[in-house]
Amino acid sequence: MKYLDEFRDPDLAKRLLAEIRQVTTGPWAVMEVCGGQTHSIIRNGIDQLLPDGIELVHGPGCPVCVTPLEIIDKALAIAARPGTIFCSFGDMLRVPGSDKDLFQVRSEGGDVRVVYSPLDALALAADNPDREVVFFGIGFETTAPANAMTVHEARRRGLPNFSMLVSHVLVPPAITAVLAAPGCRVQGFLAAGHVCAVMGTAEYEPLVREHGVPVVVTGFEPLDVLEGIRRAVVQLEAGRAEVENAYARVVRPDGNPVARAMIDQVFEVCDRAWRGIGTIPASGWRLTDDYLEFDAEHRFDVGHIRTAEPSRCRAGEVLQGLIKPNECEAFGEACTPRSPLGATMVSSEGACAAYFQYRRLGPTPVEIRR
Amino acid sequence: MTGIDPSSWSCPAPIGRRSTVVMGHGGGGRLSAELVAEVFLPAFANPGLDQLADSAVMPFAGGRLAMSTDSYVVRPLFFPGGNIGDLAVNGTVNDLAMSGARPLYLSAAFVLEEGLDIGTLGLIAGSMGAAAQAAGAQLITGDTKVVDQGRGDGVYITTAGVGLVPDGVEVSPSGARPGDVVIVSGTIGSHGVAILSVREGLEFGTVVETDSAPLNGLVDAMLAVAPAGVHALRDPTRGGLAATVNEIAGASAVGVVLEERSIPVSPEVAAACGFLGLDPLEVANEGRLVAFVAPEVADDVLAVMRDLAVASGAAVVGRVVADHPGVVVARTGIGGTRIVDVPLGEQLPRIC
Repeated sequence: MKYLDEFRDPDLAKRLLAEIRQVTTGPWAVMEVCGGQTHSIIRNGIDQLLPDGIELVHGPGCPVCVTPLEIIDKALAIAARPGTIFCSFGDMLRVPGSDKDLFQVRSEGGDVRVVYSPLDALALAADNPDREVVFFGIGFETTAPANAMTVHEARRRGLPNFSMLVSHVLVPPAITAVLAAPGCRVQGFLAAGHVCAVMGTAEYEPLVREHGVPVVVTGFEPLDVLEGIRRAVVQLEAGRAEVENAYARVVRPDGNPVARAMIDQVFEVCDRAWRGIGTIPASGWRLTDDYLEFDAEHRFDVGHIRTAEPSRCRAGEVLQGLIKPNECEAFGEACTPRSPLGATMVSSEGACAAYFQYRRLGPTPVEIRR
Repeated sequence: MTGIDPSSWSCPAPIGRRSTVVMGHGGGGRLSAELVAEVFLPAFANPGLDQLADSAVMPFAGGRLAMSTDSYVVRPLFFPGGNIGDLAVNGTVNDLAMSGARPLYLSAAFVLEEGLDIGTLGLIAGSMGAAAQAAGAQLITGDTKVVDQGRGDGVYITTAGVGLVPDGVEVSPSGARPGDVVIVSGTIGSHGVAILSVREGLEFGTVVETDSAPLNGLVDAMLAVAPAGVHALRDPTRGGLAATVNEIAGASAVGVVLEERSIPVSPEVAAACGFLGLDPLEVANEGRLVAFVAPEVADDVLAVMRDLAVASGAAVVGRVVADHPGVVVARTGIGGTRIVDVPLGEQLPRIC
């Protein structure tokens, strides 16, 4: 595949790994922020190829993993309403709320549909004027432009039966929260390439200055991830802390101004709860008052739903790199991929699920590092 | 009071020919008989079916009988490279073949939705007849029921089949042994992507066609060169290669190491899976098999497979090991390893 195979080349990967080994004294703890990068690391076995001096910490960048229980409970309540069509990206359907997931709601008669784009949900709203169509608008800065445009389009086309349950989250405040946590071990970050493709790289400069940590904007193919790790380690070894762009084929310094303008028009920054972590100030987006009529939380009576996170789940500490999954008391016993307490056990690239898998290798497991 | 005017009477005689399925087609009366006579008999034509008895009575030479059944619920009914009809025949033929059996006779039970176009049903039946013929099997008995409009997806088909397992053939999911070579018969994931592309209206530049095909001829050829060397066979349908290899690893209490770079995936399927966030190893196939073969005969088996069009893309993809019984590991393209698990349920496109 042109422009992809080049970034999966095993010989180039070996060379990069050799360079990483050569430069690493460590020990260094580097966090990849984005769930897509975690997926690539697990999928390609990158974590096991790194030298002992590098520990990868899987960060809070999987939108499925960090969407708080309360929002999921609200989604379940809205999806169960008669006459409602509830649309979501596929992998949210399996994430457990307090007592069920969206699959369960569907089996009980709720009209829950998987869509590939928020615009698919808008088309459903146009085709079903007598039904309420709700899109579950989650994700980081990456999915925000399309979601913003969809709400904008709903108003422009006069589709009053469309609304969005918004739980958007932002990367830089999450990095700040990780760094501020007592006992934080993370010394460098791989920033999420596709987030930066929208937002640019400037918002990481103050973070780097204030905390003295290198931030390397990194892509998702195996060679992209290895190159990001290499550059982060080179900085750490040299005692430097800079914003570096290792994904220049996609990320421009000023990001995508058109997409950002769309976001600025429709969304405004708000405090946001993160599953397992708690509320992080100014860490999310909500619809502005101008678009309030399209806010599903405003339209449907779900304000009374207040859900506390299960106290036994320590996903927040895992996502912040404070503990390893198997250090959680519930790991593998009360919490398994079949009956997960938290989303890090749901998503296949969730840190807890990945740990659970490797444990199956038995008494002589493949050495793994996070 | 005016009298009745006989000239204005109309007699509610039944309409002779219908273009769509009506409830009466499942009623067991004349309409049912017409449907059988006009749609199914010409499509399936064989002496067993022509008996039209409550059960078809066929001669049987003795030996070991294999039997399998499967229901087919596919939306849409027609997709690139096939339809529910050939799928329903190939699926059961292949389930028999995976036990080393030569398929002999099949049954087909139809649940039709009121309003289905009879021409459509004819096309489906025609595909079934052609698929059965290609597999050398006969559709000798069947049944038809009709459900109210809105209570079905056009057609559901359940097929069952029996086949004969030749003497000396011992193929079983628990037959894999350490040292065995793992072979797949061609590129994986095409069927699942073909269905998904039409169901969701996704386009990937080129049309991905289903791989649906009968595999009994392939199995015959493999068993002919290595009657005792083919230890386990399975067709990786739902759950894909990942589920199938895990099933055999579990049943045989062995570990499996797959070489990811050796697993054949077409560029179109790879692109579609990348785009949707799916793993090709978890995507369904309908005309592929996975074989666990003794190492000393692996080259011969691979050679006869590649001689057949249905397996021209066959490749060695891994080995059976004594370590980590029940666990499947893949060595990744860049030399790392990962665990290949059984997919939990439905394939879900990922957001990130």
